[in-house]
Amino acid sequence: MLKKLIKKSSLAACVAGVSMLAMSQSTLAVDLTVYTAVEAEDLARYAETFNKDHPDINIKWVRDSTGIVTAKLLAEKNNPQADVVWGLAATSLLLMKSEGMLEPYKPKGVEKLDKKFVDSGAVPSWVGMDAWVASVCYNTVEAAKHGLKPPKTWTDLLKPMYKGHLIMPNPNSSGTGFLDVSSWLQMFGKEQGGWDFMDRLHKNIARYTHSGSKPCKLAAAGEIPIGISFAFRGAKSKAQGAPLEIIVPAEGVGWDMEATAIIAGTSNQKAAQTLVDWSITRKANEMYNTGYAVVAMPGVAKPVEHFPPNLLDKMIDNDFEWAANNRKKILTEWLKRYDSKSDAK
Amino acid sequence: MTQSAATTAPAAPLIKPKTSKDDRIMAGFILVISLYLLVTLAFPLYAMLSKSFSTYAFDLTNFEFQVNTGDGWSEPFSAAAQNEKIQKFKPEDLVTSSDGRLAPTDLFPDFSFRSPTLYKLRQVRGDTSFLFKTDRIDDTDWHEYNSNDFRRIVIRASADTGLDNFRTYFSTPALFRSIENSLFIAFLSTIITVSLAFGFAYAINRSTMRFKGLFRLIAMIPILVPSLLPGIALVYLFGNQGMIKGLLFGESIYGPIGIVIGSVFFTFPHALIIITTALAISDGRLYEAATALRTSRWRTFWTVTIPGARYGLISAAFVVFNLVITDFGLPKVIGGQYNMLAVDIYKQVIGQQNFEMGAVVSVVLLIPALLAFSIDRYVQKKQVAQLSARSVPFSPKPHKQFDRICLGYCTLVAIFIVGLIAVCQYAALIKFWPYNLSLSLVNYNFKVMDGGGWDSYINSIQLGLYTALAGTIVVFVGAYMVEKTNGFFATRSSFQFLAMMPMAIPGMVLGLAYIFFFNNPDNPLNGIYGTLAIMVICTVTHFYTVSHLTAVTALKQMDREFESVAASLKQPFHKVLSKVTVPVCLPSILDISIYLFVNAMTTVSAVIFLYSPDTTLASVAVLNMDDAGDVAPAAAMGMMIFYTNVGARLIHQFVSRNLVRRTQAWRGT
Repeated sequence: MLKKLIKKSSLAACVAGVSMLAMSQSTLAVDLTVYTAVEAEDLARYAETFNKDHPDINIKWVRDSTGIVTAKLLAEKNNPQADVVWGLAATSLLLMKSEGMLEPYKPKGVEKLDKKFVDSGAVPSWVGMDAWVASVCYNTVEAAKHGLKPPKTWTDLLKPMYKGHLIMPNPNSSGTGFLDVSSWLQMFGKEQGGWDFMDRLHKNIARYTHSGSKPCKLAAAGEIPIGISFAFRGAKSKAQGAPLEIIVPAEGVGWDMEATAIIAGTSNQKAAQTLVDWSITRKANEMYNTGYAVVAMPGVAKPVEHFPPNLLDKMIDNDFEWAANNRKKILTEWLKRYDSKSDAK
Repeated sequence: MTQSAATTAPAAPLIKPKTSKDDRIMAGFILVISLYLLVTLAFPLYAMLSKSFSTYAFDLTNFEFQVNTGDGWSEPFSAAAQNEKIQKFKPEDLVTSSDGRLAPTDLFPDFSFRSPTLYKLRQVRGDTSFLFKTDRIDDTDWHEYNSNDFRRIVIRASADTGLDNFRTYFSTPALFRSIENSLFIAFLSTIITVSLAFGFAYAINRSTMRFKGLFRLIAMIPILVPSLLPGIALVYLFGNQGMIKGLLFGESIYGPIGIVIGSVFFTFPHALIIITTALAISDGRLYEAATALRTSRWRTFWTVTIPGARYGLISAAFVVFNLVITDFGLPKVIGGQYNMLAVDIYKQVIGQQNFEMGAVVSVVLLIPALLAFSIDRYVQKKQVAQLSARSVPFSPKPHKQFDRICLGYCTLVAIFIVGLIAVCQYAALIKFWPYNLSLSLVNYNFKVMDGGGWDSYINSIQLGLYTALAGTIVVFVGAYMVEKTNGFFATRSSFQFLAMMPMAIPGMVLGLAYIFFFNNPDNPLNGIYGTLAIMVICTVTHFYTVSHLTAVTALKQMDREFESVAASLKQPFHKVLSKVTVPVCLPSILDISIYLFVNAMTTVSAVIFLYSPDTTLASVAVLNMDDAGDVAPAAAMGMMIFYTNVGARLIHQFVSRNLVRRTQAWRGT
């Protein structure tokens, strides 16, 4: 009886001790508010993998689409709520950098990354994670019904047979739309050639969508046979069983990267740096690779199912600086040319 | 102030202290509620208005250059002087937004990045910055660059105030054409909706057809769903993979056609309610006279029915006009290339982070909405005089052929309404339209989609309940104070004015105004930004007017004698309020709460800028899932809102029937 009691009480003491330990650990843990545009389904996995190495940092995700996260961060410019941005378009981060909203930091091991994926500043303001690449989603079933042939190049899309069978995102509301437009300008000529291309493409476009993933989903659903979107989305729809072919036009494709940065004014400087350090490790890059075919650390990426094999070679040498500094001008010009009713069709 | 005391009791001095204490408390209440409306309505709108005047322009006087072509540095000269010299930019070229960039190389016509020329650049005042590559330089030191680096410099705009945003707006055809589009769609939808609703109301009021109750129920369905749901149904019906797209003869549903059909759907019940009321109050004696004079039905219709219902028709027209022009969900879903004002606000703010231009479009959208609102107010004031105490209600006589036509017509409208809803439910259950038509529940797995998953559904119900609870209390107390207090005439009438305002303010405009006002670090109420509380406040304010009018109407039915008697019996006002007024007005109080609940569940526009990742809402999830291309899950979530609202209505009916039996027995006798 007594033994039992002792056993019981020692067990209770044990439990109490463990729970106290756990409590003390949880009180030591730092809460980091992390803004992100990473797909909802990936977030839990990212936090879990990170916490395996750093259980003392507790990530509080704030997730929304790229446009909304960017708008939110800019609106909070004088009253920042975020500690870290992990997984937002580099174009958006460049905008924030020009507002002085980012805290430059050189993470450990940054030299192992592809230089393209690191901010050019002496102390980088942001570091890249992975790239999302433009692609054309082509619905083979619907295209066959309309007697279309799969396009091989961007200029193929100008052929009259594609008229009304093409859909793309509006660059004024979609980051994917902007990277398409900026890549065409860089490939076909910034002053004239790119706009000529878009003038002709515009005649074939059925309509412009607000979001960047919608064209591919519409193509997957057969609503419009050809959607200009990004490869990641196309691969996902294909995995769901949509009759899609993901085409990488031969001239090359635009891309943007997801990147990480520390928000200036954070009160958790140390934890933020720990997270950024970790975000460029090999382990992290392998983690990004499950969804993205192109990641910041060379030699890590393995082919991703349903991704077109030649995607890497076709990525253009994207001039982010030019794109960011001319964004306003490009969007104004685009709006003037295509975003009004009288010009449509 | 003591007017009532003076009239009820000659021994005024005895009662005076009691009433005046009551009056003071009530005055306090009025002040609190007025303050509430000021903080939740007037101040945010003011913040938005001032945002629309906050501009960005390149201030060339703020930048100075020195050039060295090999023979030493030139004297510093300002960018403005250089621009003057070469006549490069006109003042309007220098207007931009906060993300505008200007390359100083444009000011040097003979610039070449290969030349050995050296450049120095500095900011005169430290209030803006320039960028070298992507690095921000905001000091006032001189910075030296060789020509190859100099071309990688852009200068940034500085903040100012003025009318420039409006000028930019009206010189951008893509933007201001939206005004024309919005007006066109609103006019067309108004005409169609009012005609259809009039026919429907006429059939219900003036025929002896069967199934009237059923038709009334069906006609109310669109109130229970978000305005974008008909858009989704139309995509499944008339989209490129649509079930009956042949009916459009090759026209695209994406654009004006889709917006108008969808608008007719979601505004139909609003028009019907008003027109039914207008037809119901027509005087039966006029019809008797017409029959006695052997006037033809046709002539009676034009000389008696239409003039009798004209105020109702006008009122319905303005309500529909306002609903359509301020709606955002529907044109976003099915508008295609067709730009409308409400969608422009969203595009400016979310797509381009151009809050200033968002504010400008909001101001523009406010004008037609305010105009429609004030005309409607004016017309409604006139209608009151038309009613006479001696009117006799009209009771229709059976007329076989006419009844059959009415039944046929109402059936068609009912098929339209039920059809669109049924299509949504069907689409939600299809596995992968149009390639895999097997039934499944995959589209209800909201967790893997954008929009917040099932949490957003729970949040929506919470928002609905809180809005109904807080809103009913605020609205009823406010109405009570306006209706039953004495004196403070100026305060009461300004409160009355504030209470009517929300009807004219589009939801998106209100939401955007809330960002500007509450997301300001200097605002002591900053803490509620990003919480459920701000959405509750916004929703209550957005739907304040109709609730307020309902409460005022109920209170008007009660004689002020109750208060006077209570005062003479030395009873404090809150006792009358809790023992008499609230129980008597209970049916209206329940109506207000169900109205607020249903609208909180379906509203998109008022909360689209206010939700945070922890407080995503079902209605916004419908929009975001559709936006991401997950159309079937969007339909599924929309139907969840529908069923929830139906459930809420049933509970409301059950509760009010029971309560009415207990509290309203006096009405029957």
